[in-house]
Amino acid sequence: MTRVVRYAIFMLPVLLMAGLLGVLWAGLGHNPSIVPSPLIGKPAPALMLPRLRHPSRTVNRSFFMGHVTLLNVWASWCVSCRFEHPSLLWLEHRGVRILGVDYKDQRASALVYLREKGNPYREVAYDKRGLTTINWGVYGVPETFVLGPHAIIRYKYIGPITLRIARRVIFPLVQRLDDEVRVP
Amino acid sequence: MIAEIGLYALILGLLMALAQSFFGLAGPPFRRLRWMAVARPAAFGQLFFMALSYGCLTYLFVISDYSVRYVAKYSNPLMPFFYRIAGVWGAHEGSMMLWLLVLGIWTVLVALFSRKLPVEFSSRVLGVLGVISSGFFLFTLLTSNPFVRLLPPALHGGTLNPILEDPLLVIHPPMLYMGYVGLSVAFAFSVAALISGRMDAAWARWTRPWTLAAWIFLTIGIVLGSFWSYYELGWGGWWFWDPVENASFMPWLVATALIHSLAVSEKRGAFKSWTALLAIAGFSLSLLGTFLVRSGVLISIHAFALDPKRGMFILILLGVMTFLALILYLWRAPLLWNTGGGFHFLSRESFILFNNVLLIAGCGAVFLGTLYPLFIEVLGLGKISVGPPYFDHVFIPIMFPLFALIGIGPNVSWKRGSGSRLWHRIRWSFLVWTLAALALIVLAIRQRWPIETLLGTVFGAWVLASALIEPIHRLILRLRGEPARLTPSVLGMSIAHFGVGVVVLGITVSTTLGIWRDMPLQPGQSYRMAGFVYHFERIKPAQGRNWKGVRATFSIRQGGHAFSVVHPEKRRFFPDGGTTTNAAIVGGVVHDLFVSLGNPLGKGRWSIRFRYEPMVILVWLGGLIMALGGFLALCDRRYRIRFDEPPYLPLGALRPPPETEAEPRS
Repeated sequence: MTRVVRYAIFMLPVLLMAGLLGVLWAGLGHNPSIVPSPLIGKPAPALMLPRLRHPSRTVNRSFFMGHVTLLNVWASWCVSCRFEHPSLLWLEHRGVRILGVDYKDQRASALVYLREKGNPYREVAYDKRGLTTINWGVYGVPETFVLGPHAIIRYKYIGPITLRIARRVIFPLVQRLDDEVRVP
Repeated sequence: MIAEIGLYALILGLLMALAQSFFGLAGPPFRRLRWMAVARPAAFGQLFFMALSYGCLTYLFVISDYSVRYVAKYSNPLMPFFYRIAGVWGAHEGSMMLWLLVLGIWTVLVALFSRKLPVEFSSRVLGVLGVISSGFFLFTLLTSNPFVRLLPPALHGGTLNPILEDPLLVIHPPMLYMGYVGLSVAFAFSVAALISGRMDAAWARWTRPWTLAAWIFLTIGIVLGSFWSYYELGWGGWWFWDPVENASFMPWLVATALIHSLAVSEKRGAFKSWTALLAIAGFSLSLLGTFLVRSGVLISIHAFALDPKRGMFILILLGVMTFLALILYLWRAPLLWNTGGGFHFLSRESFILFNNVLLIAGCGAVFLGTLYPLFIEVLGLGKISVGPPYFDHVFIPIMFPLFALIGIGPNVSWKRGSGSRLWHRIRWSFLVWTLAALALIVLAIRQRWPIETLLGTVFGAWVLASALIEPIHRLILRLRGEPARLTPSVLGMSIAHFGVGVVVLGITVSTTLGIWRDMPLQPGQSYRMAGFVYHFERIKPAQGRNWKGVRATFSIRQGGHAFSVVHPEKRRFFPDGGTTTNAAIVGGVVHDLFVSLGNPLGKGRWSIRFRYEPMVILVWLGGLIMALGGFLALCDRRYRIRFDEPPYLPLGALRPPPETEAEPRS
């Protein structure tokens, strides 16, 4: 065998290793627990829940019509929700319309939570047993959906929204969708 | 105060490791004996400071010092004393400490047992080990310092993941780490030999016992892990092809191949570059396993607290070490071309070659299945997951030829075997196997076994028969006073191969003939399965030192006679409230009966899982037999190093003779 072929054979492990390292490097940035929601691009599932403050009145899908809305599932017992609260206030301050869904919570403690930390929500629905939000594929809190003006789900984020995510991802998306409402 | 002492000791350990790598590696090229002489005491110092640091962390766990973040997170006063000591390595930071401690122990063992090796070589080996230690010391200090203080101190501790609170946890990770880290010794020997360019039979003989020792620990570690998942995870099954299980299985496959190819390198001087590559691959795979577990690129039940920064660091470590080793390999290995003796098709060498090809192909299949989801995601082709069916269909067929060859290979002569001699040596095992196979076929037809059962048991019987007959034959010859040698290494090999046969039987029978059913039952009802009647007597609340839960009572009857009474449990641990399902298992060699509690279904009914697992114990028993065989082979006198080795050839001697190098000119 010629010398060139011989060196090429011994080069093989080096090349394979380089390829593997490249893939692993690229893989570092990915989060394997993010599974794309099958709901994206689909109309929002049914929603009919009592309001947190006024249990006799309800929130339903018509709440989403004509506006870009964030749906944020939270609970007063959820530590990550406390962490993302400033991001929600930041978004609300910039005029983003947020519907809160209080998930498996005590009504009284949820109200105390909002009074103490400030209320970023345009309206809060109360899902006492989590039976409605399960249709949305919610299995934990916090989770956040971005809905277009025709109640189409455009984006879903699992876990607490950091200020960085709010600024870089969610706010630009809301603005873009808002433009779509105005232009036509 | 104790935490600070621990941290300083850790830093001093790093400095020792740095000294060890610098003087160990720089000594030989500068021909400074005094530099080389530093490597060994530095290794002792490194272990001393590492043990001190580790002792400090253990002490902090025992006294529950909640001003230390790691302790506050994973220890609480309700935890039994035993688990507070074992809890040290229950999470990421502490497990890195254990890793370093184990590496320190291996390094010191190498330092102790390498005194008779040429000083340049042992100095380089210690130097390479020092580089690995330094990398992990830096990793621990920079990204996973376990001694970080918490201000103000926590009021009460957190908990270890409750499924980890188990006696086997105490020995499973240390065993596995002894194996993983032990492969770094084989790596260091190979790299040292590649640096010096002296890769000869002596190098293979020095490397073999270390590789074998690491392989034994790895085998025991994997067996314990599998057994633990069987009885602790609660839903049965002893192997899930989980990425982390694969991460320990891949180095094991490579180490197994390495043990065999080292035999060729030692006895026949062939396969040397391949052996060096395997040693590098084995250690790289154990680093890769560390990366996969701790970086969060794959989902696994074993995942540690995930942090991309840590993943990045381990990746850099992995990249630097394997890349340097492979570049070195690229530089030296071509010189080893055609340096071994040639061999005939029917020879021990070619059988070991098949063994290596099959083991590496199996490892490749596991590797591909484990990393495929990551490849697909990185290439932007979506998200997929690869499950057990892939591994069952790809890995198992690769193993069958291996089982066929395992009985023949050891009976073929080196270099050039002869068919008649081979037949002479295997005819008895062949006869026994033929009888066993006929019996199995009859049994299969009568019991209506699926074809997989028959296939697996027939292959298993071949492995068993061929492994048993040879030592028995030699023993008989010896009793008759004829000259036949039964050295520990031959006996060890036979026992290890016998263990493979036992594992094959266990896996085949338990997976193909096992039954499992989920039944909704309420107290007072019975269920009948595989000849046993399970009567659900009652279910009551139960409580332990740091858990509350329920405990059910089942009485099992077989053919009208009381067989056993079992108590499956469901435990909820506080303060954090993870739950475990503690299955009740009554078992023996013939079969295991397995009852575990599912979820309450309301109205007093519970979902109960019943499993009938025939011969499942053979899976672990076989693994332990393999480890025992390895241990026996390790005791062989050959590995006590002798001085009368031939003098070393200079590097130039490794070059092929000029006439093979000259290219024909036209």
